[in-house]
Amino acid sequence: MANTQSMVTSFLSELMLAQHQLGTSTIVSRGSLTAPTTDTLKAALYLASATVNASTTAYSATNEVSGTGYTAGGVTVTNATAPTSTNSSATAGVGFFTPSASIVYTTVTLTTAFDAVLIYNSTQSNKAISVHTFGSQTITAGTFTLTMPSNTTTTALLRLATT
Amino acid sequence: MIVTTTKGDMDDSLLEHRAGEIENDNELTTWTEYWLDGELVHRSAHVTLKKIPTFAGGAAASF
Repeated sequence: MANTQSMVTSFLSELMLAQHQLGTSTIVSRGSLTAPTTDTLKAALYLASATVNASTTAYSATNEVSGTGYTAGGVTVTNATAPTSTNSSATAGVGFFTPSASIVYTTVTLTTAFDAVLIYNSTQSNKAISVHTFGSQTITAGTFTLTMPSNTTTTALLRLATT
Repeated sequence: MIVTTTKGDMDDSLLEHRAGEIENDNELTTWTEYWLDGELVHRSAHVTLKKIPTFAGGAAASF
């Protein structure tokens, strides 16, 4: 059993179905035609013994971390920045998105090693978006912080590119 | 400096401080630990993600 870093496969088709809206709402869509809202993204931590990967389709509490100060489902991801797209030629383009703030689990105790975070869309039936792995960690009466990479075409947390 | 510990808030002068860092292609991680009489009473970690996820084990998600 191991966690594997990947954008989840189901996210790709869900994008085509307009089932996710990341960042500040820019189009009138879905629930309300007059007051569109941004989806709420969440970030859940998983034990090193879990198996979250490209095949993960939705958040599950199975093998999620547990401990003092941690709420099942994780924390809300700040996603105030809308996705961006650009291209360098007619056939080479990239769309990218990075949460606009660090993901922070404040004053938690997580004594069983964890090494992955699942980002998912809690507004849309907890559909999975991506898995990010890191070296195994434990936290004792402390804070676990995940700092996001720069939101650029080459370093953004989520990147969809033509080749 | 006051540190949150398993024993409650404590002044860091009473604790042994340990810290570390690891950096690779995927992450830059730092951690801070405070120990009291051989017992870990505080551990925080800070992970900076550096690498975008790959799609299905290949290159950056492409289609």
